[in-house]
Parts: sequence; C-alpha cells; structure tokens
Amino acid sequence: MSDHASKQYDLDLGSIRSRVLEMGGLVESQIRRAVDALASGDLSLSDEVIAADHRVNAMEVALDGDISQLIVRRQPAAGDLRMIFAITKTVTDLERIGDEAQKIARMAKNIHERGGVQAPPLVEVRHAAEAAISMLRRTLDCFARLDIATADEVIRDDAAIDNEFRAILRQLITYMMEDPRTISTALEIVWVAKAIERIGDHAKNMAEYVIYIVKGTDVRHTGGKS
Amino acid sequence: MVKAESKNLSFYYGDFRALKSISMPVHERKVTALIGPSGCGKSTFLRCFNRMHDLYPGNRYEGEIVLQPDNANLLARDVDPIEVRMRIGMVFQKPNPFPKTVFENVAYGLRVRGETSRRRIEEKVEQALQDAALWDEVKDRLHQPAYNLSGGQQQRLCIARALATDPELLLFDEPTSALDPIATASIEELMHDLKERVTILIVTHNMQQAARVSDFTAYMYLGDLIEFGVTDELFIKPKMKQTEDYITGRFG
Repeated sequence: MSDHASKQYDLDLGSIRSRVLEMGGLVESQIRRAVDALASGDLSLSDEVIAADHRVNAMEVALDGDISQLIVRRQPAAGDLRMIFAITKTVTDLERIGDEAQKIARMAKNIHERGGVQAPPLVEVRHAAEAAISMLRRTLDCFARLDIATADEVIRDDAAIDNEFRAILRQLITYMMEDPRTISTALEIVWVAKAIERIGDHAKNMAEYVIYIVKGTDVRHTGGKS
Repeated sequence: MVKAESKNLSFYYGDFRALKSISMPVHERKVTALIGPSGCGKSTFLRCFNRMHDLYPGNRYEGEIVLQPDNANLLARDVDPIEVRMRIGMVFQKPNPFPKTVFENVAYGLRVRGETSRRRIEEKVEQALQDAALWDEVKDRLHQPAYNLSGGQQQRLCIARALATDPELLLFDEPTSALDPIATASIEELMHDLKERVTILIVTHNMQQAARVSDFTAYMYLGDLIEFGVTDELFIKPKMKQTEDYITGRFG
C-alpha cells in the first residue's frame, strides 16, 4: 500500500489503516470486558464498558472524516480504491460491534442487579463469545496482513457461531418451561447470545472485505465461495 | 463491433522507435481512452490514425491500421491521407479555430470536400453546431470571428468543424486540458452523446476523465501497450501491476 509518488498519500493511507486496527483493538476489548462483566457480575465493569462506547463512536466519526478527505484529495483508484471502500465498510461494522458489546454489558448489569432468581448457566454463552472474539481478532489480523486464507477461515467459522446461538436458544427454552421464574433472566441471555451472533456476522463481513481488497472479487452473499 | 484495429503497429521518428508493435481494437460507437505518462506514445499512436506523421520526413510506420467496414489499411502507401482525414476527424488540446467566422470554420471542411450548394452547407453547419451542443449559443453570431467565443465554445466549435464532414472516427488529443471544469463537463457530456453515432479515441492525462467518459482504456508505457481492457474493470481491478502502479500514483 506504500510507494506512492506522494509521500503524504502513503502517510494518510497508513494512518487510516492503523487507526482502523486501533479501533478494532478497542472494540475487541469492549466485548471481552462485557463478557467478563456478565460472568463475574462486576457492575462497575459493566458501567465502564457502557461508558466507553462513545470512544468507539468518536473513532468512527474521525475515521469517516479522514476517509472523505482522502477521497476528495487523492481520488484513489484500483487497489487503493478497494482498500478505502473496504475500510469505510469495516469501520461501520466495527462501530456496530461496539454497540453489541455495550448491549451485552447492559444485559449483564440487568441480570446481576436483579439477582435472587437462579440464572441458567452461562457456559455456552461464554463459549460462543470466545468464538466471536477469536473471529474478530483473526479478521483484524488478516486485514493487517491482507491474508485471504485466514479471511476464508473466518467466513467459514461464522456458521459455527450461528449454530451455537440456536443451541443456546433451545437450552434457554427448556429452562423457561421448567421454571417460569427464570424467564426474565433467560430472555436477557437470549439478547446477549443474539449480540454475540451478530458480532460473528460483522466479523465475517469484515473478512469478506479483505478478500475484496486483495482479489477484487465480491464474495458477499455467495455462500462463502471465493 | 470493431471500427478500427491497429495490427503490430510500430512507428519510428527517424531511428527512434516510438511505438512497439501495438495491436488493439477500437470498438465501434464506443469511447476508447489512451492513458500513460508523458512520452509513452499515446499521442503518437492517436496521430497515426489520421496520418499526421506524414507531414515530417524520416517518420515511418510499420504494421497496419485497418478501418472497417471496408477493411482498408489506413497506412498503405496508396491511401491518400486527405481521404483518411475525411473519414477521421481530430480535435486538439488547445482549441484551434481558423481566423474566420464561426460559420466559415464549420463550413471549411465541406468546401474543401467540394460542396458548393449554399443551402446544403447551411444545413450541414447548423446540424454540426447542433450536434456539438453549440448552436443555441452561437446562432445569433454565426458571422462573427470564432476568436470571440470562450475557450470551451471554441473547443466545441472545433468539434463541430470535425463533425461537419460526417467522420466515422473522432480523435481527441487531450481535448479538455486547457478548459475549466464546467467547459470540461460539457465536452465530456458531448462525447457521451456523440458516441451514439461516432467512434471516439481519446488521449487524456486525466485518469478520472478516462474513467468517466470511456468504455475501453489502453494503458501505454514507453511505446508498449501494457494493458487494454474494459474501463469499469481497469480502474478498479487492473490486470497488470504496471497499470495499477500508474493509476494509483505509484509511478516514477
């Protein structure tokens, strides 16, 4: 991505790329902390995650501004165009993941503040969350290295998270049928599981953009064939 | 449909080989853009099509440029360059109207061609000015000097002059590089309308312009044709790394 006749162009593109990764790192830590808060019942940690979402949003706004500037000044073409186009979409997905992390933190707070009623076990939810975090981390890695083999892998892994979501749903339904007092908590866990499933979808989208950057082919909505 | 095709075309300025065996089609009623850094041979290539190089001794062509539908090799020695230029019009970088009236500029080619009917000439001049989207602006000053027109209008007048003789192929050599953005937009708009009936070959330094106006793009470098392809693909996903480096500004 470097070696433009204009060094400033190289610097601007490089800065945008590294800030996308920085935003990705922040978002990853938001999910991790939200899931920790859910497991541990640490209400102040939930509050921290909820409060930090504005940082994710601010990074989205700043990156969008810089991307518009780069487009108007440089009129990127070919590989640069695909990179910038993919970055604008990646930034949107990252911001949405940030929202999902905030949602998980909010649910964690609700579940633990209510207390009392025995909550259904959260093992499967933690497991799905780990899988989603791993997808996000690998998708950021493959964005940094423009590595399409890993991108393919992430795209395939999304199906596993979707399956876990359905399994969690079935399990929660049995809890709710056995003991209606668990319904409020179980519903909140459904929201958490749904948020995790959405994180997987966003990570998959980002992996698809990496393939677009490298190969110029659009693999969205093609059933993972690339 | 191919309107013209260069086949193993090489061109020499004396001993200097400016074009190295270029083979590419020019599709009928499409716009084909030639891009590449200064000195890559794109203007040299364009000028082969109307035999402009014939004017200088020591210049030499090798290979062919075949024009359809009659499969005529434009470069053949027995082909009269004047005949070629009747079929192939050219518009240059800077507007170059003749020091005559607006009307006479457009009528010139017709008179050279031997048209004498005043009524026919008037009809043709009006039609050409209409086609060049200039008629409404000049219809009340047809008999004023062409130099009174603005730069953009002068360039459209040159296009009208080229159109008056019903060319099959129009050559544009950086037609908007001396014009402001509004005049540029009107010429680009005009090219878009003209391609319904004329084939256009354009040299441009402005890559966004090539991306906007052309259907096909050829990237040339040091006299070689590096890549020829559909414009929509070439600017998003070029096949050759050299093309990528040039259009993304990594060149040199």
